[in-house]
Amino acid sequence: MSDALWYFGRGTGVVSLVLLSIVVALGIGARSGRTAFGLPRFAVNLLHRNAALLAVIMLAGHVVSLYFDPYAQLRYFDLVVPFVGQYRPVWLGLGTLAFDLMLALVATSLLRHRLGARTWRLVHWLAYLCWPIALLHGLQTGSDGASWWLRTVIALCAALVLAAAAWRVSPAFARFPARVPRRARILQETR
Amino acid sequence: MTTVEAPVGVGRRLLAGPTTGRLDTHLGLHGRPPTLDAHQLVEALRAAGLTGRGGAGFPTYRKVEAVLRAGRTPVVVANGAEGEPASSKDRALLAYQPHLVLDGLQLAARAIGARTAHIYVGAQAAEDIEAALSARGVGLDPVPVTVTVAPEAFVAGEASAVVAAVSGRPALPTDKRMRIAESGVGGAPTLVQNVETLAHLALIARHGPGWFRSAGTADEPGTFLATVSGAVHAPGVVEAGYGVRLGDLIDAAGGPTTQLRAVLIGGYHGGWVPARPGLEVSREGLAPFGASPGAGIVFALPVGSCGLAETARIAGYLAGQSAGQCGPCVNGLPRLATTLGDLAQRRARPGLTAEVERLAALVSGRGACRHPDGTVRMIRSAMQTFEADVTAHLAGQCLEAGVRA
Amino acid sequence: MTVNRLHVDWTACDGRGLCAELLPELLVEDDWGYPVSRTGETEPAVPRQLQSAARQAVDRCPALALRLVQR
Repeated sequence: MSDALWYFGRGTGVVSLVLLSIVVALGIGARSGRTAFGLPRFAVNLLHRNAALLAVIMLAGHVVSLYFDPYAQLRYFDLVVPFVGQYRPVWLGLGTLAFDLMLALVATSLLRHRLGARTWRLVHWLAYLCWPIALLHGLQTGSDGASWWLRTVIALCAALVLAAAAWRVSPAFARFPARVPRRARILQETR
Repeated sequence: MTTVEAPVGVGRRLLAGPTTGRLDTHLGLHGRPPTLDAHQLVEALRAAGLTGRGGAGFPTYRKVEAVLRAGRTPVVVANGAEGEPASSKDRALLAYQPHLVLDGLQLAARAIGARTAHIYVGAQAAEDIEAALSARGVGLDPVPVTVTVAPEAFVAGEASAVVAAVSGRPALPTDKRMRIAESGVGGAPTLVQNVETLAHLALIARHGPGWFRSAGTADEPGTFLATVSGAVHAPGVVEAGYGVRLGDLIDAAGGPTTQLRAVLIGGYHGGWVPARPGLEVSREGLAPFGASPGAGIVFALPVGSCGLAETARIAGYLAGQSAGQCGPCVNGLPRLATTLGDLAQRRARPGLTAEVERLAALVSGRGACRHPDGTVRMIRSAMQTFEADVTAHLAGQCLEAGVRA
Repeated sequence: MTVNRLHVDWTACDGRGLCAELLPELLVEDDWGYPVSRTGETEPAVPRQLQSAARQAVDRCPALALRLVQR
């Protein structure tokens, strides 16, 4: 039973990381305002949202199974307080941190009509922090740390997100390159 | 800065008497203002037919009624920002008759039950107003008045920008969730009035609606302040009754320096009209040209100056004055200005005038404030009044080229 | 008679274009990607058959720039 939990825990961990990478790439795609894979813009937007919710479910499975697995030695507060764990506290702590960030990202997104665009946007930028932390956690924490297949999966995840991020900062990203950016002029008093 | 004259036949009212701005001369001339309750205020304003002097010309009594209807403790704001470069009447009023403005502010505030009042003016006027306020003290100003300095920007005088600035935020127009009369400064029902409107109120309270109506026309009673500039000998602020002949206004500013081509009335968001001396300056008289008196700006364009070049210059200025918040304005106004510039520079191409109209329609109604709409109104009136110039420019000619004053 | 209308908060709108996709009968993109009402109204009226699409547009707008109002 303990073995099953351990394998389930690791498996959901890997799937979560893959899903999270896809979510980040889809998020960048949604931000571009372009259609993709034959899907209209609002569908890309929804796909990003739904993939994120699926990632959360996978992540919950990952966290819960490891909580009940005696080998992982997780206590209640290790789930949300980072770097105080018993087993490989630093790498585990990264996972806890990424989990906290995910909770913040998802909670603020579900409540964004209440919180307003500015607050939501501020928190959502943390996605660019959450993903690399999750990636590092995945690379070092489990006993698969040295296995080639995990390394390959993680390399592919990294390639996907890095490619999307490169596109994000490239001039080709803007759908209307001639558009003058909106920037409220703070009108100064003059004497 | 200004000279102060009046057309023959119209007694000065706002600008009557010594214009030192001193409290003792003010009290000596006008006496202390009476106190009005809400009902008396609304009745006096309705009977007098006072309309806003800030440009929109909305009946003042209706604004007061809207604020009273909200049923909560209101706030009053006197708007003297005057972001319009061609206007200096508010500055003149604040320098010469600050006490009339402050009387009006107190009258309105006390009548509607406001516990705080604000006055929003440019940096220069702020000094005059601070001095006037300290001379008055609590006796004349039971409702405390806070002075907020307005930035020198075109959109800083827009009503929601005024509310934002007075609330301590940047002076930028905001999205209209609720009418300002329902929710403005600090969420309270807010009455925003141009300083000239308040000055008229201060006199109406003393002399009565009948007196106010003895100037102007039946439909547009009272006097207004006009800033006359451009090709005139003595540009300055003039007080006149509505319905005054355009020629009389121009003569009051020293008369034209040369033959006039056209006149821009109402400011940069106003309208170009032909320079006919007999034209009556009133809503009714100017309506056929898509113009209205607005905030009283009268800018005289001489023969020899190209109306299209002037329009393109103003459009460029207005594009630069965009608050930068709304996509259609930030993108559309510069494009409109560039297109007009092409027309003004005789860089004709097929569909140029159609492009002007297309862009004009594209930016109208699509922004948090009426900055694009006002710009479009001025441009459309130019295309109409300078129709002959448009035809000439499209053929590569300019009617004003080679004609010097 | 008041009618349900679509209001755009222009200080928030970033021209992402989801609304023009969800409400093609009411909106089209202008030269710079911002939504324009086909009817020329500043706040286009939303007919009954488009109510749910309008609500979806309001919900999904990434800039939270849309609102349905009664005017």
